[in-house]
Amino acid sequence: MDDIPPYPPIDPTTFDLIVIGTGLPESIIAAASSTASKSVLHLDPYPFYGSHFSSLPLADLPSFLSSHSTSPSPPRSPSSDDPNEFSLLEFATRPLYSSIDISTFSPNLLDQHSRKFNLDVAGPRVFFCADKSIELLLRTGTNQYMEFKSVDATFVGDNKGNLWSVPDSRAAIFKDKSLGLVEKNKLMRFFKLVQGHLAGEQDIKISEEDLQSPFVDFLNKMGLPPKIKSFILYAIAMADYDQEDTGVCRDLLKTKDGIDQLALYNASIGRFQNASGAFLYPIYGQGELSQAFCRRAAVKGCLYVLRMPVTALLVDKDTGCYKGVRLASGQDIFSQKLILDPTFKVTLPSGSSPPLPLKEKLPFFSLKDDKGKIARGICITKTSLKPDISNFLVVYPPRSLFPEQVTSIRLLQIASNLAVCLPGMFVLYISALCNDDDQGKKLIHAVMNTLLTVPLDSESNAAVQSETAENGSAVQDETSESSSGGPSDSGEEKPTLLWSALYSQELTLGQVDFICSTPMPDGKLNYNDLIDTTFKIFQEIYPGEEFFPETSLENPEGDGDASPET
Amino acid sequence: MHGRPRKAPKPEDEAASSAKAQKLRALQTQFFSFHHNKIYTKEAVELSAKLLEINPESYTAWNYRKLAVEHYLNLPDCNPDSIKSVLDDELRVVENALRQNFKSYGAWHHRKWVLSKGHSSIDNELRLLDKFQKADSRNFHAWNYRRFVAESMKRSEQDELKYTEDMIYANFSNYSAWHNRSVLLSALFDKKAEGFLLKEKVLPEEYEFIHQAIFTDPDDQSGWFYHLWLLDQTVTTDSPLLASSWPGHGSDVLLVGDRCYNGSAFSPFSALHSDSGSFPIVLYFNQPVRGVNSSTVTVECGFNKNEDLLWKPLSASNSQTARVWVAHLKVSSSDLHSTVEVSVGHTKGIISTRGFEYSHPSMLSFKVHVQPMERDSSQVSVAESISLREENFKVYGKQSEESIIDSFDQLIIKNGHETTASNWRFEALAKEIECFRELLSLVDCKIGKLTLARLLKAYDAMSYPFANKLVHSEEVLELYSDLMKLDRTHYQFYKDERSIVLLQKVTSSKGSLLQHCFQYKDSVSSAICGPICLRLNNLSLSRMGAFEKLLWVQMLDLSHNELQSIEGLEAMQLLSCLSLRNNKLRSLTALEPLRKLKLLRILDISYNQIGDHSIDTTRYVCSSPLSHSVGSELNRDETVTSDVALINNWEAFYIFKDFNLNQLDIVGNTIADEKFKSVLVKIMPKLKQLDGKLLD
Repeated sequence: MDDIPPYPPIDPTTFDLIVIGTGLPESIIAAASSTASKSVLHLDPYPFYGSHFSSLPLADLPSFLSSHSTSPSPPRSPSSDDPNEFSLLEFATRPLYSSIDISTFSPNLLDQHSRKFNLDVAGPRVFFCADKSIELLLRTGTNQYMEFKSVDATFVGDNKGNLWSVPDSRAAIFKDKSLGLVEKNKLMRFFKLVQGHLAGEQDIKISEEDLQSPFVDFLNKMGLPPKIKSFILYAIAMADYDQEDTGVCRDLLKTKDGIDQLALYNASIGRFQNASGAFLYPIYGQGELSQAFCRRAAVKGCLYVLRMPVTALLVDKDTGCYKGVRLASGQDIFSQKLILDPTFKVTLPSGSSPPLPLKEKLPFFSLKDDKGKIARGICITKTSLKPDISNFLVVYPPRSLFPEQVTSIRLLQIASNLAVCLPGMFVLYISALCNDDDQGKKLIHAVMNTLLTVPLDSESNAAVQSETAENGSAVQDETSESSSGGPSDSGEEKPTLLWSALYSQELTLGQVDFICSTPMPDGKLNYNDLIDTTFKIFQEIYPGEEFFPETSLENPEGDGDASPET
Repeated sequence: MHGRPRKAPKPEDEAASSAKAQKLRALQTQFFSFHHNKIYTKEAVELSAKLLEINPESYTAWNYRKLAVEHYLNLPDCNPDSIKSVLDDELRVVENALRQNFKSYGAWHHRKWVLSKGHSSIDNELRLLDKFQKADSRNFHAWNYRRFVAESMKRSEQDELKYTEDMIYANFSNYSAWHNRSVLLSALFDKKAEGFLLKEKVLPEEYEFIHQAIFTDPDDQSGWFYHLWLLDQTVTTDSPLLASSWPGHGSDVLLVGDRCYNGSAFSPFSALHSDSGSFPIVLYFNQPVRGVNSSTVTVECGFNKNEDLLWKPLSASNSQTARVWVAHLKVSSSDLHSTVEVSVGHTKGIISTRGFEYSHPSMLSFKVHVQPMERDSSQVSVAESISLREENFKVYGKQSEESIIDSFDQLIIKNGHETTASNWRFEALAKEIECFRELLSLVDCKIGKLTLARLLKAYDAMSYPFANKLVHSEEVLELYSDLMKLDRTHYQFYKDERSIVLLQKVTSSKGSLLQHCFQYKDSVSSAICGPICLRLNNLSLSRMGAFEKLLWVQMLDLSHNELQSIEGLEAMQLLSCLSLRNNKLRSLTALEPLRKLKLLRILDISYNQIGDHSIDTTRYVCSSPLSHSVGSELNRDETVTSDVALINNWEAFYIFKDFNLNQLDIVGNTIADEKFKSVLVKIMPKLKQLDGKLLD
């Protein structure tokens, strides 16, 4: 950001709403507000769309992460010498990423083609074909700016490197070779029970008492064996924490929620003709989503200025109310409302009375920053983790890799046919919730060690060999023969790591306070919770406005467009 | 494609369809004029294509096109290119028509016809089929056509088998795919193709495959059908076997001239009253066979070879295929003791309905003793009427048990060869039994229970002569009782099955059979009279079975059961006295099996439901005088055709005319009024007693 060209002045200088940052929540709010005929100025200090939701070239990712990893110089003393009637509140940024660890094992290859990569900052993430983000895309016609492909399968991994396919449908259960006959029967009966319950059939009803009980208890009550329980809890309902250890579980799933998750999964399978599984992934990466909403907003009149940092907040000297922002160009822009991306912190001038009309208005926003962290890892390989299949999800349920693993680890492999990397390469996104950076690293490393050959350093080929041999002997197991062809199958080399980026991300929630700020990417696999939060923020700033009224449906052929190309 | 509700048409739809009809009518008129005038110009042929695209069901249009094709192919300037273009056109028209309605018989048929002209390629046809089978994976037209294409274009069964597998993996609720699999496997077994030589290698894999479907969704019926086919493949031996015979091998037959005899040295099982000096030889096979005659079955009696012995099939229909065959052997009265040797299948020619040759030649030999008449048969009269009442029966005496047991063993033909050769069948069944016990421990499932019952029954049947008792019969009976409660719709089916199992159980061991054997002794005569009476009364039987074990029975009490049919009873050739009192027989035609019992003298059909129901449904399955063979018989008999009463009671005439009854009880049936009784007397002049009243 050193060589930013001279800023042209922005005209007009007064808006209904200023949005800073082009992450997904900000972009949706910008689009929704523009649709509600508000005048919106959407600013981003970066030259690309998406902020913490963006997809970046390989070389840009480390610098983006590190620019958010340290507290910048403490804010200069409030420029109280401002001549006009405003006081200036300097923005401070907060560190959002830590323990950033970039390893390159094949420098030449990757550096030359950095721009061929679109790496998601907030991976792994997918769309469920029937989830809220797809609904929102279709309802707003935003799907016309995106293209999707199907994620072909879901697997559950174990510590031996096997990948077991998740029997998520009737045909999949029938076909599955790892399940016993009894397990198949129990699983299918459970699915039928859930389907019957959801369809409101008279004689198949899950009691209210059961619905309020923990999902894991209900699964036990249904007599499901541990393996299937694990499939349902972590690979279909996508629970984050160990559901069977209430001591560590922070998101104990109720049966009701579990059933809702199953319903979402079930509705996702087969929704689009070309999508074989439950999930979709956008071509060019997840950053496309924020950008698509920005385009949607722009169509409705939202004004976009990228590469425009904001330096300070303008507040009324007397009331302490928000008035506007000062841009890096020195220009002051005024608006009724302001939405900030989670990078920014506003330090109140000491001595001024806290003007907090909105404080503690919503219990929803009251818990902030206590959700711990999420460890993320991005790996690039030259071979797929599984032959014959390129785009898939792997879930490592709690305790599946080592006894102290309390959260599920998810891995998404995306191939070059989704235009995220060089042809013939694969990008692996890994994430796990954690309490601190060390724990997070341990989780990500556990997966990498199970699935990948990690060269000790870029020069030492001998080291690579010995590492492989050591792992190879450790992972051989008879069950891998009968498995669905895990990567540790005899004769198959584990893919070698070419490049990796490991980092921990703060799980900052959105807040509606003195000013509104949006949440960081959460630890979920899809955008459902983020869209809920975004909707609440929008309601907060525009209580009377409808969030994308139905009349905005512009593309009745939406369904067709959202389906991936063949 | 399946299970979609019909919607009432909207007004605009109706308007559209009437417009379509208008257009279609105009097209049709023009088409017919071309057709009638045999005009096959390009324009005319094009018009028929247009018609077929709208209405693929127009058979006339398809036939017209066939004529047009023939016309073009017979043109003098016809060359390979023009043939190709004509046939390509046909294929295109069919494809368009199928797009309109992929279940059009006419269109599929036309395509077969075009293919018979030796055109198109297998790839082309399979591509088309893939498209239609994707649209509806259960489209049986497409499956039929697929079989046609695969056969005519010599696609290997193995490839097709793989295809069914793929279809099943996509969705296993596919009757057509499972069915085709059974067809293909049968063909591969028959061919003894590489890898399909041994059923014991292939069937376990198929069982494994179908288990996946059955366990995943036991409520889905398509898999069960395939399982039933597999079970049949496991149980049924290819070549037919002789299951039992009368007389049994190594037995002694005593022919007595009158009813009273002192059994002394001879087992009452094998003493037989014979007026005529002949006795029946009954062969009971494990499956229907044809080709039983004096060359395939030779009978040697003493020094005489009975080359002209006439073997008759005993089956409900008049076909020449039956499980049971009978011949009547005449013993000359001069020969008081003779040995009879029956050899079965030493000459080829006995063939099962599935085309397998009888391949286990067996030999039966037994001794025949003739006990000359002590009294003149004309004296046998009034006093000898038999009344099957409770007080007239005695539990069979203990001192006689030994002889009964001996002769009981003689009823069974041992086929050691076949059984040792098929250990895999046992193993397969045992594995299935275990598997379905497990399924039932998971779910309460009707079809699972039925399958387990079938498996257990099959297992018992296979192991029977060696295990010497039916190990699982109690469990099977319980399963059927359960099913009768669970599934009221199919109550009667389960009850029938249960009856047969019960009969098999009763007849399976000496001990259980003896409990049902009684000595008849009426109050009038003091001597121990007549043969043993088998009493299977009060057992809630709805069907008869286990005939192979009951060939020796001469007196049978089936009273107080729930029999609706006595199918199969024709096998019991020695029956002379039968009580069917208090059953649920609904019609006279239900008595048809009795027509073949030439020794039957005493019959009690009182207190049934004959005549209760004005519509006799068995009429449709039994041959009637209206059918060819019987009708001509009727017409020949002029005394009958002239008698109006008989014409109106053709069923009675048809059933009873061949009977040789002395005594009949028919009271307690709606039909049995005085008028009907007088008809009966007319039909059976030899009848001596009707409903307990003596006739002159």
